[in-house]
Amino acid sequence: MADVPEELRYSKSHEWVRIEGSQAIIGITDFAQGELSDIVMVELPQVGREVETGDSIGVIEAVKAVADLYSPISGKVLEVNTNLSASPGTINSDPYGEGWIAKLELADPSEAEKLMDAAAYKEFLATEGH
Amino acid sequence: MDKKTPFYDKILEAGGRMVSFAGYQMPVQFEGLIAEHTRVRSSVGVFDVSHMGRVEVKGSQALDFLNYLVTNDVSSLDMYQALYTAMCYPSGGIVDDLLIYRLPDHYFVVVNAANNEKDQAWMREQAKGFEVEIVDRTDAIAQLAVQGPKTPEVLAKLTSANLSDVGFYRGLETELAGVKMFVSRTGYTGEDGFELYFPAQHANLIWDKLFEAGAEEGIAPIGLGARDTLRLEMKYALYGNDIDKQTNPIEAGLSWVVKFEKEDFIARDVLLKVKEEKPSRRLVCLEVQGSGIPRPHDVIVSDGTEVGQVTSGTFSPSLRKGIALGYVKSEHTKSGTELLIRTRRGEVAAVVVKPPFYKEASRK
Repeated sequence: MADVPEELRYSKSHEWVRIEGSQAIIGITDFAQGELSDIVMVELPQVGREVETGDSIGVIEAVKAVADLYSPISGKVLEVNTNLSASPGTINSDPYGEGWIAKLELADPSEAEKLMDAAAYKEFLATEGH
Repeated sequence: MDKKTPFYDKILEAGGRMVSFAGYQMPVQFEGLIAEHTRVRSSVGVFDVSHMGRVEVKGSQALDFLNYLVTNDVSSLDMYQALYTAMCYPSGGIVDDLLIYRLPDHYFVVVNAANNEKDQAWMREQAKGFEVEIVDRTDAIAQLAVQGPKTPEVLAKLTSANLSDVGFYRGLETELAGVKMFVSRTGYTGEDGFELYFPAQHANLIWDKLFEAGAEEGIAPIGLGARDTLRLEMKYALYGNDIDKQTNPIEAGLSWVVKFEKEDFIARDVLLKVKEEKPSRRLVCLEVQGSGIPRPHDVIVSDGTEVGQVTSGTFSPSLRKGIALGYVKSEHTKSGTELLIRTRRGEVAAVVVKPPFYKEASRK
């Protein structure tokens, strides 16, 4: 079973969000990294870019598959995890920790409420037939 | 409802992540694609390939029939020898690529899983007028591929047969782990290895014995994901990607399995014409310069003009870069030719290289 930490929020496109005041850290979920398997390249979001929920902000390439990274929340990209350029596999080994992808300044912190909590995401994974 | 191979329970037990493939529940991966790929290149891994189609062809005209049906020369086979060949439509398009073994009282044919039904229907249709019998053995016979440089060491613990004397694409009937079976030095990885064919009821026993015998060598099950990257690094064509009804063996680089000097066979004249007039496109190997990963259907470009399309593309675990196969207009197929591939992340530079991509394989 994929790991779904209690304290995070989740999107239907399998990104996670960790809210820290007016900022948020985002990444892809354990389920998503497992589906992609061996990630070998990450095109990171552009620092300074204003993004809206659902925007394609990066690309994740695994050996056999390629997936867009969608922003789970609106805001401005403050920082990206440049370590992923050299070690993209970190997303596989530690998707919620060292495998974080970007830090955003939130446009509207209340937007987080629209995302799924851990219980809802677990339910989503179960009902989506994964 | 997908079918299950005789190894289904063992594969689940081993942690296989199952997907639907060619009408079967098959493992796409176990420990991880790159780890599995590396294991086969460096030691030994086991592939359940029981989803492939297995067919016996027998009767007094079995040889005549097969030699008419396929492009390679079946009459060249010694006893227990294997032959890789294409089977074509009269148009020259490929029905399938397959292996034919010569056994004492019949020929044994192994075809792609996704084509099994279509192939057998095609074979039966072409068999009209020949004194032959075509028997489906897909369910009755299980098939495992044990691949990697340490394969001979592992199998030596289970059989008294001297497998090191068996040549590439040769086989023998022997007892292995107490079960009578046919064993051949064949595979789809570029590494040394054997394929085992035995009655399906012994599946669990053989699986267990194999993993027990190979524990020391680090034997592990391998999924479809690594099967694909291993074959692609060797430029082995995959039906449905690199070859199909719309492609012919000449442009696919399979001229070596088309024997014009033998008696008449399906598509002979069409293929001879293609060969003489030179194909307008050819399947080439492309190695990416930089960080992109080509994927099937990506467009190949030269000087801003489309000159071809990727048929298979992946990140190569051995070369640590993107590699692809694709059909390219003949004037751009010389090795060293620089082309661009339009990937999802933009255009990436690639160069035409000679096969195989991976040159250190233990058996090429």
